[in-house]
Amino acid sequence: MSDAEIVKEFLVESYENLDRLDQDLIALEKDPGNRDTMASIFRTIHTIKGTSGFLAFNQLEAVTHVGESLLARLRDGQLTLAPEITTALLSMVDAVRQMLGSIEATGNEGERNDQELIATLTRLLETREEPSAASARVNGNPPKSALPQPRPNLGDILTREGKAKASDVVEALAQQNAGDPGHVGEILVEKGTVKPQDGVDDALNIQQQARGQSASDSTIRVDVGQLDRLMNGMSELVLLRNQIVQYTNSTDDSELLGTSQRLNLLTTELQEGVMKTRMQPIGNIWSKFPRTVRDVALGCGKQVRIEMDGKETELDKTIIEAIKDPLTHLVRNAVDHGIESPEGRRAAGKNPEGLLFLRAFHEGGQVNIEITDDGAGLDYEKIRNKAIQKALITADQAARMTEREIAHLIFLPGLSTAEKVTNVSGRGVGMDVVRTNIEKIGGIVDVQSKPGQGSTVRMKIPLTLAIIPALIVASGGDRYAIPQVSLLELVRLEGEQARKGIEQVNGAPVYRLRERLLPLVYLNRELKMNAKRQDAETSEAQNVNIVVLRADDRQFGLVVDEINDTEEIVVKPLSKQLKSINTYAGATIMGDGKVALILDVMGLAQRARVVSEVRDRTSRDKGGEESLGTGTGSQRNAVLLFQYQENGRMAVDLALVARLEEFSRNAVEIAADHEVVQYRGQIMPLVRVSEVLEGRHRQAAQTGQESLHVVVYSDKGRSVGLVVDRILDIVEESFVIERHTGRKGILGSAVIQKRVTDILDVPGLIAAADQSQLLTEAQA
Amino acid sequence: MAKTQQFCTFFLKDQFFGVPVQQVQEVIRFQEMTRVPLVPPVIRGLINLRGQIVMAIDLRRRFGMPERPESELPMNVVVRTDDGAVSFLVDEIGDVLEAEEDSFESPPDTLQGPGRDLVQGVYKLEDHLMLVLDAQRAVTGGEESMAQNGN
Repeated sequence: MSDAEIVKEFLVESYENLDRLDQDLIALEKDPGNRDTMASIFRTIHTIKGTSGFLAFNQLEAVTHVGESLLARLRDGQLTLAPEITTALLSMVDAVRQMLGSIEATGNEGERNDQELIATLTRLLETREEPSAASARVNGNPPKSALPQPRPNLGDILTREGKAKASDVVEALAQQNAGDPGHVGEILVEKGTVKPQDGVDDALNIQQQARGQSASDSTIRVDVGQLDRLMNGMSELVLLRNQIVQYTNSTDDSELLGTSQRLNLLTTELQEGVMKTRMQPIGNIWSKFPRTVRDVALGCGKQVRIEMDGKETELDKTIIEAIKDPLTHLVRNAVDHGIESPEGRRAAGKNPEGLLFLRAFHEGGQVNIEITDDGAGLDYEKIRNKAIQKALITADQAARMTEREIAHLIFLPGLSTAEKVTNVSGRGVGMDVVRTNIEKIGGIVDVQSKPGQGSTVRMKIPLTLAIIPALIVASGGDRYAIPQVSLLELVRLEGEQARKGIEQVNGAPVYRLRERLLPLVYLNRELKMNAKRQDAETSEAQNVNIVVLRADDRQFGLVVDEINDTEEIVVKPLSKQLKSINTYAGATIMGDGKVALILDVMGLAQRARVVSEVRDRTSRDKGGEESLGTGTGSQRNAVLLFQYQENGRMAVDLALVARLEEFSRNAVEIAADHEVVQYRGQIMPLVRVSEVLEGRHRQAAQTGQESLHVVVYSDKGRSVGLVVDRILDIVEESFVIERHTGRKGILGSAVIQKRVTDILDVPGLIAAADQSQLLTEAQA
Repeated sequence: MAKTQQFCTFFLKDQFFGVPVQQVQEVIRFQEMTRVPLVPPVIRGLINLRGQIVMAIDLRRRFGMPERPESELPMNVVVRTDDGAVSFLVDEIGDVLEAEEDSFESPPDTLQGPGRDLVQGVYKLEDHLMLVLDAQRAVTGGEESMAQNGN
């Protein structure tokens, strides 16, 4: 083995050890009496110290050496673990990690000054200097000999072998403790107490043998690049398998069929095997969190306990890498912002020690990860104000947002509600980066919070990115792959059913799936493919294939020409131009060697519901009956929902709404045979929406309601009040307005909150009310 | 000896073009393509190049030239770009030429339209001119102009 290889080996081994050290130290702090943990920590530091001495990394050795001495005293019960000591030891681990990093990058430890750290460690070491105890150990009487003595100390060996006097060793140890960076053996040799050839070398050999008994190697380390190549080869093999299986299915050669079947099975098995090699338990990243939590909590004076469930949940290595930083950020955030100070918690009647709970589990081919804290929860008011202050939303918008929507604001760039910038969080970068990173790998993030009870950040992550099961469909003569993850079910309508099954809600096609209306999206239309087939779909009695898909938490039916089969496909990335369309998640090569696009279900759903028409319409442009938006990406429309008659719902573009008001019935006056109210120094005419839409006249006795709910619409400084039955909600969604020319005052219909909702055309409504003079009247 | 550079050449309509050979990965015959809906028409589709998925750009459309007659199948010039391999659909493949740098000249100011962005310059060969294609721009240059040219 060359020197470089030895160093590399040392680095890899040490990194692993350091990770364990972090965990062990935290565990030890919780349970200071645990001898096994103690022994494990001691062993780790000892190994690093030994090897760094051997490889002549002197600074590294110096630091670990003091650390080891401190640990030795802890192990022997001469010191008890105090938070101060843990912190010092953790800083030592950090220093070691930095040096290792530097060694990895530059080959040496780098310019460092660890005197302060060493001084701290030494001071702690000397807090209760009891030389007699040290000699007790050297005399071969370790007080706790029952615990697995990891490696005999050199001094012990030397005294046992009679090569050195116990008193000399004690002296050497004391010198070491006082700051001499040398080994016990070296010091002894220097002093001439023992000769290298007769004493120390043998003793070192004995020590070496004791070390050699490490666990037999049932695992090997493999270069990730190697695994990647294996995976790529595997992907190609899967493609080839698909091609061969497809080809042999069209022959009668039974022998070939049998062979191809075996190939099929074997490939699947092999693929699973290769995938497995890349899988890592999420515990690998979680294991760092106790340390993170401890540091952050200590830094902001909080008490936080961390609990984990589902550590063994496995994910592909690339995904593990990708979610590492976002997860760390979320954990830090939860401790820094989420959990209150002990006093605050006590005042709120909670356990002063906060709880951070991490949970991971598989669900439907995805991994769910939840980070829950039992802290104060999101401060909706603060988020709202901050968002307004930063001009991310307008005050008007803010006033109408639901709590859930406000919670989602934290994912916007530039919004941080931390009152002061700490070194942990509050810099205004963070949650948006978390979201971007998670979405980049095809995951989704969501946050839920209850004031006073805490928050949960939940993410759904795909298991792997390379090979996914997908449903192959055909539309307009081309094949498309739909990731199985988004697939809920398949519906096929034949003959009569096909004609009657699809109903139109003001032009928006829907299908009654188990008594619920499923909005339908025609793939051909969405992809703007040839019109011939479009006609065939709608008018002729053709069979209709509906692929029921889930996008986010909504469902929709994608109508395709044909449904083929499910297949394992290899996801290949698309070039930038194609990715930017947001409708394709990638491409794959099919069994026949042709390329097929993988549909991005989320993007498709957004596209299908997207429309900027509401806004277009406000400029009273009535041209163009095209039902599809011009495809402006993922724009969402905010609408105000109100009740219309008994069960109906209507929506009005929020941009048209100036204010929501409530007027007492008594406030309504009559001017020029119109209902009006005095409003902000003006006379505001009222329009009763349901009357206008139904063409009825105002009835004399509008009893029942004590007050009128009024949506104020303003145009050029003058207002009209639209009287509605009840205001329901404000939602922001992407949707397509299906236009229809029928009724005046109605723009069209759209599926909003999974319900078919008519969209009000306010200018049209006012015109229809034959009150076009209203505005001019008010002006007078 | 004047410095020379090697070019992989091809024809578009009646124009003669060249791309520095270092940029060219390979030249292949017409391949079946999978069309990609919703993209600018200059992107003709995706090709399976031995397991690698490659986007095909129709250079005639890119330059705003009239469509190639349907009976004539285009050839693929696969070039390496920052965005991975991309195939240019051209009419016909010419020889690999060596051109002297002395014979290079910037495009004339009167060159307008999409060609302005796409032609780096002109080599004055003995009997005709060779236009040097800016491959990178031909792939990524202004999506807007790409969309326009297609229509």
